[in-house]
Amino acid sequence: MKFWKKASSIALAAAVIASLTAGCGGGGDKKAADAGKKEIVVGVNAELTGNVANYGKSMLSGFELAVEEANKAGGIDGKQIKVVTADNKSEPSESGNAATKLVTQNKVVAVIGPATSGCVAAEEPVLTSSKIPLIAPCATAPGITLQKDGKTKPFVFRACFIDPYQGDIMAQFAAKDLKVKKVAILHDSSSDYSKGLAEVFTKVFTATGGQVTTDEAFLSKDVDFKASLTKIKGTNPEAIYVPGYYEEVSKIIKQAREIGLTCPMLGSDGWDSPKLVEVAGKEACNKGYFTNAYTAEDKDPAVQKYVKAYQAKFNKVPDVFSMQGYNAGLILFNAIKTAKTTDGTKLAEAIAKTKDLQVANGKLTYDEKHNPITTALIIELKDGKMTLNKKIGG
Amino acid sequence: MRKERKFDVKALIAAIAVFALLQGLMAAEIIGPFWELNLVLICINIILASSLNMINGFTGQFSIGHAGFLAVGAYMGAVITVKLGYSFPLAIVAGTIAAGILGFLIGLPTLRLDGDYLAIATLGLGEIIRICILNIEYVGGASGLMGIPRMTNFTIAFWLMIAVIFFIKNFKNSAHGRACLAIRENEIAADTMGIDTTKYKVMAFTLGASFAGTAGVLFSHYFFIAHPASFTFMRSFDILTMVVLGGLGSLTGSITGAILLTFISAALADFPEWRMIIYSLAMIILMLYRPQGLFGNKELSEKVFNSLKGGKSNG
Repeated sequence: MKFWKKASSIALAAAVIASLTAGCGGGGDKKAADAGKKEIVVGVNAELTGNVANYGKSMLSGFELAVEEANKAGGIDGKQIKVVTADNKSEPSESGNAATKLVTQNKVVAVIGPATSGCVAAEEPVLTSSKIPLIAPCATAPGITLQKDGKTKPFVFRACFIDPYQGDIMAQFAAKDLKVKKVAILHDSSSDYSKGLAEVFTKVFTATGGQVTTDEAFLSKDVDFKASLTKIKGTNPEAIYVPGYYEEVSKIIKQAREIGLTCPMLGSDGWDSPKLVEVAGKEACNKGYFTNAYTAEDKDPAVQKYVKAYQAKFNKVPDVFSMQGYNAGLILFNAIKTAKTTDGTKLAEAIAKTKDLQVANGKLTYDEKHNPITTALIIELKDGKMTLNKKIGG
Repeated sequence: MRKERKFDVKALIAAIAVFALLQGLMAAEIIGPFWELNLVLICINIILASSLNMINGFTGQFSIGHAGFLAVGAYMGAVITVKLGYSFPLAIVAGTIAAGILGFLIGLPTLRLDGDYLAIATLGLGEIIRICILNIEYVGGASGLMGIPRMTNFTIAFWLMIAVIFFIKNFKNSAHGRACLAIRENEIAADTMGIDTTKYKVMAFTLGASFAGTAGVLFSHYFFIAHPASFTFMRSFDILTMVVLGGLGSLTGSITGAILLTFISAALADFPEWRMIIYSLAMIILMLYRPQGLFGNKELSEKVFNSLKGGKSNG
């Protein structure tokens, strides 16, 4: 008797699972069958769960807006655009899994995303072998569009500037606009992004005749930075460059002001979050400058048009990831229009030829390494507000 | 002994049948690349779950740092093939040995701890391994080791999995395995009976770690990349979930748990928003009905099949 009790409960549990999965498996097949000739199916491989889910979701929302606008305008050559999303759980191997699903199950013509470089690198071999172009809206690592031998990967594109570019711009801004000669650097040694920026900044800044007084390091998720900051204070810098993400940067700014470092703080697009001012405080953030691709405060009509459209749909101010997702959509749709086909190879060629395309934050052209030449901004923090200080390029 | 040999032969024949069936379905393109990928992932997860079961289930130690050993195997294998240019079989051997050595070195001091303390120590160690990798420029640091060729295929993954399962099964039925089971049931009693508890605990830990290394080599050579984000403690929990779901101490349970969870995750790929909810819901339902896991610490054996009349074996 006892055995049968056990057996029946096993069977029940198994039945629950089986019914769940069977129902879902069927749904997938139907979706693929529905993808008739009247539609253009585009895949989005995004971080919808996991620790960088907010990036993936923002990116997806921007892309959805681009799709909605294109569909309202009659689609591309009368064909409506259909979006299929796949979640990569913020994890590279899952990203390869999701890309395989998009390509083989959903038969997408192109893939947008993922947001982070590691996930893009993992998905890229899958797409390249099936000759499907991919646009990574916000993957900034320089290596992802390049092969080992330095040649450009034919099917990989991005819709954001690469990391070194930001370091370059900030170094020039510090030397020419802020007119400082001595800068200290505090970087996150657990992030390639931060390390890369610090490296380029040092190179460009010393080339302009400036001096880097000290280069200190911290680890992400650190909370106490006073030891490094005190050391930095001892070198009397005129500014401090802190490329990193807002979680640590906000605390760094706060603690720097607490120990009496009043000089300008310079940073990168990882600073872009309302949390920065919330944690560090309005006062402390004054004299803070960082590089970014976009700000909702920009008075440029193209930017404002985008911000309004996004707010109407999602009822919140768009961040940079959503803007890059939106741009990726515009780039792709423009390429499908000019290529007049959804054949992967021809589509990739058309994307590479994108020139002076009007996107949300200016004009966009691809260089030979599939990096867009586009607008960069210097944002200044004033009384807790992010204001546009300078616009470069675009 | 003869009875056991007979069972081995039967299981092997069943494994060949399952392999032939799946391979046939793939050749006929009824199983597409997406499901093929997930079949490989299932094989890798079975290796991981059953090797963790050696530590957590058979020996009764609570380790939650398995992703660390997976990472060591993944990176070691990738270094052998990508950086040094040696062959894939060598990479599998090297990855396995590297993870085993590390498991031994780590196991020696930490296995003197027990219960919660061991759990915390292994959790920390898993993270330490990941952070170390994160800071080694040679293997790509935070951006991961890219450009790994896809050398793993279904055949290799499947037969390695079968080999690992057989090894673990035989280990469990050996004198060493019995010693481990004794430690699980009551460590003090086992000690009093003259079992060198530390030796057997370290043995189980080392073997478990080295198989995780094997899985790691397969993993990185299937997904083209070894990236620190793949080896966070969430991965350790995933593996632990498979083991607990199937039943701590049941090898067939681990296999079922790994198949089930990987399958659910893949089947729900079309519903990214719902995936985690349904996944968690399935878990809650299962734990309500079977708090000891699907099979408890029993094995799914012929006897069960006979009494349930029919059903198919899974090697």
